Amino acid sequence: MTQQPVALNRTDKPAAVASATKMVIRGVSVYYKTFRAIKNVDLPVYENRITAFIGPSGCGKSTLLRTLNRMNDLIPGARVEGKVLLDGEDIYAAGQDVVDIRRRVGMVFQRPNPFPMSVYDNVAFGLRLLGIRQKSILDEVVERSLRAAALWEHVCDNLNQSGMALSGGQQQRLCIARAIAVEPEVILMDEPTSALDPIATLTIEDLLQTLKENFTIVIVTHNMQQAARISDYTAFLSMDDDRAGYLVEFGPTVELFTNPKEKLTEDYITGRFG
Amino acid sequence: MAPESIYAHVNLRRNYRRRKILNTVMLSLTGVTVALAVLPLVWITVYVLLKGGRYLNLALFIHLPAPMGTPGGGVLHAIEGSLVMVLLASLLAIPVALLAAFYLLARPNTAVAQAVRFSTDMLAGIPSIVVGLFGYAVIVVTQKHYSAFAGGVVLAIIMLPVVLRSAEEMLKLVPPEMREGALALGAPEWRAALRVVLPAAMEGIVTGVMLGIARAVGETAPLLFTALGNDHYEIGQIVRQGLHYHQSMGQILGQIFGQPADALPLTLWKYAQQPYQERVQLAWAVAFVLMLFALGLNIAARAWLAYRRRKLYG
Repeated sequence: MTQQPVALNRTDKPAAVASATKMVIRGVSVYYKTFRAIKNVDLPVYENRITAFIGPSGCGKSTLLRTLNRMNDLIPGARVEGKVLLDGEDIYAAGQDVVDIRRRVGMVFQRPNPFPMSVYDNVAFGLRLLGIRQKSILDEVVERSLRAAALWEHVCDNLNQSGMALSGGQQQRLCIARAIAVEPEVILMDEPTSALDPIATLTIEDLLQTLKENFTIVIVTHNMQQAARISDYTAFLSMDDDRAGYLVEFGPTVELFTNPKEKLTEDYITGRFG
Repeated sequence: MAPESIYAHVNLRRNYRRRKILNTVMLSLTGVTVALAVLPLVWITVYVLLKGGRYLNLALFIHLPAPMGTPGGGVLHAIEGSLVMVLLASLLAIPVALLAAFYLLARPNTAVAQAVRFSTDMLAGIPSIVVGLFGYAVIVVTQKHYSAFAGGVVLAIIMLPVVLRSAEEMLKLVPPEMREGALALGAPEWRAALRVVLPAAMEGIVTGVMLGIARAVGETAPLLFTALGNDHYEIGQIVRQGLHYHQSMGQILGQIFGQPADALPLTLWKYAQQPYQERVQLAWAVAFVLMLFALGLNIAARAWLAYRRRKLYG
């Protein structure tokens, strides 16, 4: 089988220039009851860069992503070992405020999940959580967020329409607008385009390139080409014999795709497995 | 370039303090309400355990009641009566309910399905004593005598909507892809339903059936008009007599279902209001047995489901 060479980052920038480390995953293992889903992952997340997690199904990409804002706390029986540093502070340390961590590390999910309310209220939801009630501020931030999510032109005529009445791609951009409205520092995206058609996918990929100017983005993707196109850094995870996911290789995306250090990475990106 | 950050308008520290206070209040509130929700169950269980457990003995399960005012005796008549009537009710109600639920799943939007759904909901809302009255008018009056059969039929009517609606809800939870997968292999609809959809929904269906049975076991009112009550109901005696007189199997079964019968809750209701100490004690013991029955049924079903889950999912 011939594998098409993957197209690299459309902007054709040189491998990402040095940037501050926003988050650090240090010696992280995740257990679901007795089953170890992730073992001993070490990984940096650089500021204002897009970091992609790729790997075969079941290797724990999403699980690893969810450790970054403690969403695994919501799963009964899940337990995280190791440290996840956000600006140098362990978010799993005792006394950390999980609500505040999730405000700082936002998330966009695989299936668009607009709330059952108007477009406006969807975006204003997080702002109201923060205690912002003033109409003028809400109006301004809602517009700003919808513009940043490239959705404004499509919805500005009727902000009162239900968020669930939008198309799939628009719903996902609404979710992005909702996430960025509270100005998180990091945005986690769990296969944000896998439920979308190619055109909607392209729109979101373009959007990510502008979003990274203001946010640090971590994205899980099923799609290697997508990782190659949009990300600055890539982490390749795989599954061990005991079904525990582990990090095979991490590096600048260009390097990982053109000159992988590990045989397993090469096999995966050339389509020999996974 | 950056427009003003929203955090110019947000007091995170104040938010945090407010949230912490609210959190403590709500957490305590939920704690209290959870305790309030559990309290009746614990209270009833402990109370019945203390009051009824004391009078529990073997005689309770193997003897008929002693004459009023004399100590001893048991409630074998009520245990057997309950078993016979609930068994009949289950045999009548469960297959009908499950088949109807499959129909609702396969043809959810037809007029028939809407009608079935509407009428079962109505049926579930009818007070059980009215169902009993119906059984009296339709079965007891035409047969000119009370019977375990009439009791079983009214219990079946009460079970039907409980089992049907819960089964339908559980079947709806099975991903349609599963059923479609079987249909795409060329399976006829009945086979897809029986071999694929039913096992996938088994857990919830069993829970629904148990709810139905528990409901039937605990009903008193409809039996007042139909099974009436019978202190001398004893299957062993009926069978022995039948054999003695060379009756056929059918005739013996006819005797078992044709006689008036007692049931545990019915006995409990009657004995609890009699002026004899022994009978009141027996009533407490019956309450205890009823609870044991419900608990035993629950544990058995859960054990079976756990075993099945282990086999299915490893």
